[in-house]
Amino acid sequence: MTKSGRKILIAGFITLLSTYAVVAEAAKTLVFCSEGSPEGFNPQFFSLGTTMDASSVPIYNRLVQFKIGTSEIVPALAESWQESADGLTYTFKLRKGVKFQSNAVFKPTRDFNADDVLFSWNRMADPNNPYHKVTAGQTFAYFEDMGMDKIVSKLEKIDDYTVRFTLHHPEAPFLANLGMDFASILSAEYADKMRAAGTPDVIDREPIGTGPFQFVSYQKDAVIRYKAFDQHWDGRPKIDNLIYAITPDASVRYAKLKTGECQVMAFPKPADIALMKSDPAITMLSQEGLNVGYIAFNVEKKPFDSKLVRQALNMAVDKQAILKSVYQGAGQAAKNPIPPTMWSYNDKVKDYPYDVAKAKALMVKAGYPNGVDIDLWYLPVTRPYNPDGKRMAELIQADWAKIGVKARLITYEWGEYRKRSKTGEQQAIMYGWSGDNGDPDNFFVPLLGCDAVKGGGNFARWCNKDFEDLIQKAKTTPKQAERAKYYEKAQVIVKEEAPWLTIAHSLRYTPVRKEVIGFKMDVTAHHYFNKVDLK
Amino acid sequence: MLGFILRRAGLVIPTFLGITVLVFALIHMIPGDAVEALSGERGMDPARYARLVHEFGLDRPLYVQYLDYLGQVLRGNLGASISTHEPVLSEFLTLFPATLELSFCAMLLALLVGLPAGILAAVKRNTFLDYTVMGVSLTGFSMPIFWWALLLILLFSVTLGWTPVSGRIDILYDFPPVTGFMLIDSLLSGDAGAFKSALSHLILPTIALGTIPLAVVARMTRSAMLEVLREDYVRTARAKGISRLRVITIHALRNALIPVVTVIGLQVGTLLAGAILTETIFSWPGIGKWLVYAIQRRDYPVVQGGILLSASIIILVNLSVDILYGVINPRIRRST
Repeated sequence: MTKSGRKILIAGFITLLSTYAVVAEAAKTLVFCSEGSPEGFNPQFFSLGTTMDASSVPIYNRLVQFKIGTSEIVPALAESWQESADGLTYTFKLRKGVKFQSNAVFKPTRDFNADDVLFSWNRMADPNNPYHKVTAGQTFAYFEDMGMDKIVSKLEKIDDYTVRFTLHHPEAPFLANLGMDFASILSAEYADKMRAAGTPDVIDREPIGTGPFQFVSYQKDAVIRYKAFDQHWDGRPKIDNLIYAITPDASVRYAKLKTGECQVMAFPKPADIALMKSDPAITMLSQEGLNVGYIAFNVEKKPFDSKLVRQALNMAVDKQAILKSVYQGAGQAAKNPIPPTMWSYNDKVKDYPYDVAKAKALMVKAGYPNGVDIDLWYLPVTRPYNPDGKRMAELIQADWAKIGVKARLITYEWGEYRKRSKTGEQQAIMYGWSGDNGDPDNFFVPLLGCDAVKGGGNFARWCNKDFEDLIQKAKTTPKQAERAKYYEKAQVIVKEEAPWLTIAHSLRYTPVRKEVIGFKMDVTAHHYFNKVDLK
Repeated sequence: MLGFILRRAGLVIPTFLGITVLVFALIHMIPGDAVEALSGERGMDPARYARLVHEFGLDRPLYVQYLDYLGQVLRGNLGASISTHEPVLSEFLTLFPATLELSFCAMLLALLVGLPAGILAAVKRNTFLDYTVMGVSLTGFSMPIFWWALLLILLFSVTLGWTPVSGRIDILYDFPPVTGFMLIDSLLSGDAGAFKSALSHLILPTIALGTIPLAVVARMTRSAMLEVLREDYVRTARAKGISRLRVITIHALRNALIPVVTVIGLQVGTLLAGAILTETIFSWPGIGKWLVYAIQRRDYPVVQGGILLSASIIILVNLSVDILYGVINPRIRRST
């Protein structure tokens, strides 16, 4: 090559680079400091919120969705739906003109239609579906654990844009269930193509959905990259690139937010919140969490078989001290098992007052004038509804000591804790719950229902006929206003019977940099970026 | 020399077997349940639980599980992660270059600073310089890594803004990994800015991870040098008129290096252990962070495979050190 030829080549290369630089500069990129790595990119398989935040939220859509910041169900891939009078069939009219994303191995040739709904559902429901078992250890976590096969008897395609679910029995929360991450809609065409190519598992590794962002790449434990999906049915996102910088340490996430290495961060430490609020570069958003932290009293064991003891233990605890010391202000006292943001919350229920003298009197009346020794199991891990289980247990231990109840504090490794607690080994046990779909059924049935006593999440092992009748009636009643009445009565029974000491609903915080516009917090812990812009 | 190498290599097999037993026993002894860990507060459908336990072979007696595991390992199959369903070996190979790169830089820092510091402290024994070097190294050795790392971030990244907070490279650089070593890959990308970014991201984790080995190397070099400097042959060399610098660097240092080399070999284990904390704080996608997460989730195949591979590396490094030891000191290979 001649000297001048080389010069031209170099000049060309520099021009190319600078063009790239200009393009890169012009593109709006939002970096989100996330808290962990996803287990994978198919939300049907997993149950971790972190996984859903990286898969179902940016990449996929469902037939219905929750309006951001509320638990209101609004249309998504289904434009409308019709529920039969007996509550046994749900007919969905699908949205037309919805495009699927594309990648290096797949370019869609058709729009979203009923075949995609059938494929996505039958993959989970039908053991003979070729995609039911693609890799070892693959199961459909939510679908199976929520017993969806016992709820839905069949799914039919009426025409290309109409599908009908038939249920075994009326199930009022069914619609809310369809808005959950596990009910994401995958592309049947992509699945067929990858199966024909002999690489069926590719659809789970290189996801294709109809969501606002399309998957670009994942560097394990480091970075997930997405780009705006230009043809998204709900309008192209305002940002061009979305990057998840996986940063497990909350202090480091905060440092990155301060230096501008990310614009939004997940899950700040309660101890940092005051500092963040005073930081001029940061806007602190908060949202009442869809959760509850509680102590369950195992009613199958003495002394918790006595309602009076349970009520006394409720009265002996200073919740305000716990809110101050454990939640550091980021929580509100709980009087019901469901949070106040949830429909059917009964605000008329009166919480037990903090009254040591009355609690003592109740203990005497219950036949324990000299107090009693009990075990209190406390959470070994930080959970969204409880930042510090040990500290909370110590405070409660001190409160109960004042009425002669000596609590021995016990804990186990988290998996062991859950395993043992299902067998009913515990006396009093600290637990909590984060709602999945905004329906009260999602709190009452798995946590206090009679079926949840045997190996389920009813750690109080409390099975009350009146309560059970109410929540079962609410489950099969189609009208929300009527359902709300049942749940309101159910809350009165829970308070009176006191199988739990309801402690707090935690507030969730999301710090975002000032240049971020339009970010709204959701009631679940998901982070939505499709309507977000950058200054 | 060949006999010496073979004798040393022969010890590797029982060590390797011992590690498989130990890792298998330890992970199964700690409380927890790999399948239970896959569910949250909701709990798992009993049928799904039973199916998964069977599928992962966890319903068999422990010794059967172990023998099966050993058989698979000998065939080169480390199994798949219970959590991600990905093969353990491929996850390890994806992440290991990040740990290796960081550990290599940390060790380089430890040697480049620790060796001269130790020599200087020995030569200037009982002077202000000696006390300073030893005082600083003792502080470095005693500093908890996570705290030291956060201090470094607060000072250099947040307050002074000199270095990035965490990660391996500025997130806006996106190129496919070729070798997995970010310094090399960024060079291969042809973008000078990318290399600079990768280098700047390495500074703080290298300091955080290299501090303890640096302190150990400095202290070990000092004490070894002090011993050697008292030897007759050193005095003789000086008496013959050889320059002080030459006596220190050629005559004394070569002999003083024998214990130092051993310590360096042992520090590989320390580095891998330190990487667990360093990688978590600096969001460094290496095997340390990966293993911590796997232990939390009782992901048996990942914990077993990850520790086995890491231990194998340590065994190989120690074997190399043993051989190197023989090369440096002929008396050792003759007497062993």
